Amino acid sequence: MATINETQDELIEEFGLFEDWADKYEYLIDLGKKLSPMNEAFKTEENVIKGCQSKVWLHAEKHGDHIVFFADSEAIIVKGMISMLIRVLSNHTPAEIMQADLYFIDQIGMAQHLAQTRSNGLVAMVKQMKNYAVAFNAMA
Amino acid sequence: MADKFDIEQVRKDFPILDQQVNGAPLVYFDNAATTQKPQMVIDALNHYYTRDNANIHRGLHTLAERATTGYELTRKKLKDFLNAESTDQIIFTSGTTAGINLVAQTYGRANFSKGDVILVSNLEHHSNIVPWQMIAEEKGAEVQVIPVDEAGVLDVKAYVELLDTNRVKFVAVNHVSNAIGTINPISYIIEQAHRVGAKVLIDGAQSVAHFEIDVQALDIDFLAFSAHKLFGPTGVGVLYGKRTLLEAMPPYQGGGEMIKEVSFAGTTYNELPYKFEAGTPNIADVYAFGFALDYLKSLPKNAVWEQEKALLDYATEQLMQIDGLRIVGQAPEKIAVVSFVIDGVHPQDIGVLLDKFGVAIRTGHHCAQPLMARYELVGTCRASFAFYNTKSEIDLFVKALKRTITMLS
Repeated sequence: MATINETQDELIEEFGLFEDWADKYEYLIDLGKKLSPMNEAFKTEENVIKGCQSKVWLHAEKHGDHIVFFADSEAIIVKGMISMLIRVLSNHTPAEIMQADLYFIDQIGMAQHLAQTRSNGLVAMVKQMKNYAVAFNAMA
Repeated sequence: MADKFDIEQVRKDFPILDQQVNGAPLVYFDNAATTQKPQMVIDALNHYYTRDNANIHRGLHTLAERATTGYELTRKKLKDFLNAESTDQIIFTSGTTAGINLVAQTYGRANFSKGDVILVSNLEHHSNIVPWQMIAEEKGAEVQVIPVDEAGVLDVKAYVELLDTNRVKFVAVNHVSNAIGTINPISYIIEQAHRVGAKVLIDGAQSVAHFEIDVQALDIDFLAFSAHKLFGPTGVGVLYGKRTLLEAMPPYQGGGEMIKEVSFAGTTYNELPYKFEAGTPNIADVYAFGFALDYLKSLPKNAVWEQEKALLDYATEQLMQIDGLRIVGQAPEKIAVVSFVIDGVHPQDIGVLLDKFGVAIRTGHHCAQPLMARYELVGTCRASFAFYNTKSEIDLFVKALKRTITMLS
């Protein structure tokens, strides 16, 4: 199992292959389309993170020592971002997730999606992923 | 006044338009959110802070005199712009929202009582809904809604029925819908409201940039709008009111400027318009706003409307040819705004990708959630034009939009 930083470096390498923004976004859209569908039962009011323009749903479970995340969004580019965040953070221990520094987003040139604080719920989603880690850590 | 509308020259007057965004020429189609500023306005702001800055009305020195004159000159220009009876009826606020809240919290608080009805339309921006809900709740009054039809046209028959079957004290409607561009028949709305003795506030945020408003001819009780949607600076709004109404209204905020005499035994308030302008106002931006009005006046008569109408027709025709695209809001009377949705695509994704092509539009609910609910939509994409936009920009936009749809599907 790759570490959080190893996965981030992989993503940076993958995005490094693209020369123009359109290829990058086509890849991101593709990641969004391939995101494993979220069980409809998890799409509850409790799991919703409301952005100004689109909703994100986030659910977390503890599998052994690790946290597994499930998420979805109405918007495909946000879904692409979610897919990467899950790939980086899911299946790690609460301590690893709490300490994670998500540098890949900036390095692949997608920081704007986290800067749009009110529009897409992604910032709140990252925060919520960390909150789950804190909560599971406290329970352990 | 120029004889002929020279688009090349006009575009040069707005320096921000000439730039690359994400490697492509900027196409700015978010004019309903805010308009760009002509060089005259930018220069005026610079001039004010370089030469004239001082606090106004109380100072005796030369700079205070210059700053006061500049500030009051804009009030005079606004009086002419709106054909108001007097400058006393032009109150500076921070924006449309502040103007509406002022009326709700003063006129509303003094005049609404239990069982009264306030009518708003289904087309309203949240700014012309929430202030009325707040005061209605406080006073035990009720907010009722004038419906809109599928095309986005206000149902005037239902409006008249609401007036005739309720104790309607107040009507608050926009002149133009920010989300879908419908132009409302405000002359008729006002006439009917007055027939039953109700007062009317017109939210002019989306109309002042597009056509002239004569407050006396329309018999408007209150009109609120923002400078930044009228090619002026942000942070300035205008509230016009009929003199008798404004005089009877209690002050809104207490502080400097709005008082005549203060003692601990009691305070007497200043006269109009200062009664409603507590504290040091936004002097620089008010001053610069006057130059936006001058700029508009310098354009040939009807040029703004004709240019925008041509853009609306062309954009509508081009967009209708895109498969799966549906225009939301097809009122016969519309300003140059096209709101649309595309089958199976979230508006946010369209907005993000268009930005990469240098095209700025607005996506989302446009702060008009009740209207989105009416159409069962989470939001739309909205392209809104100003007179400095061109058909070739629409071509760039349509090309980028087609590419965006391909990328997303």
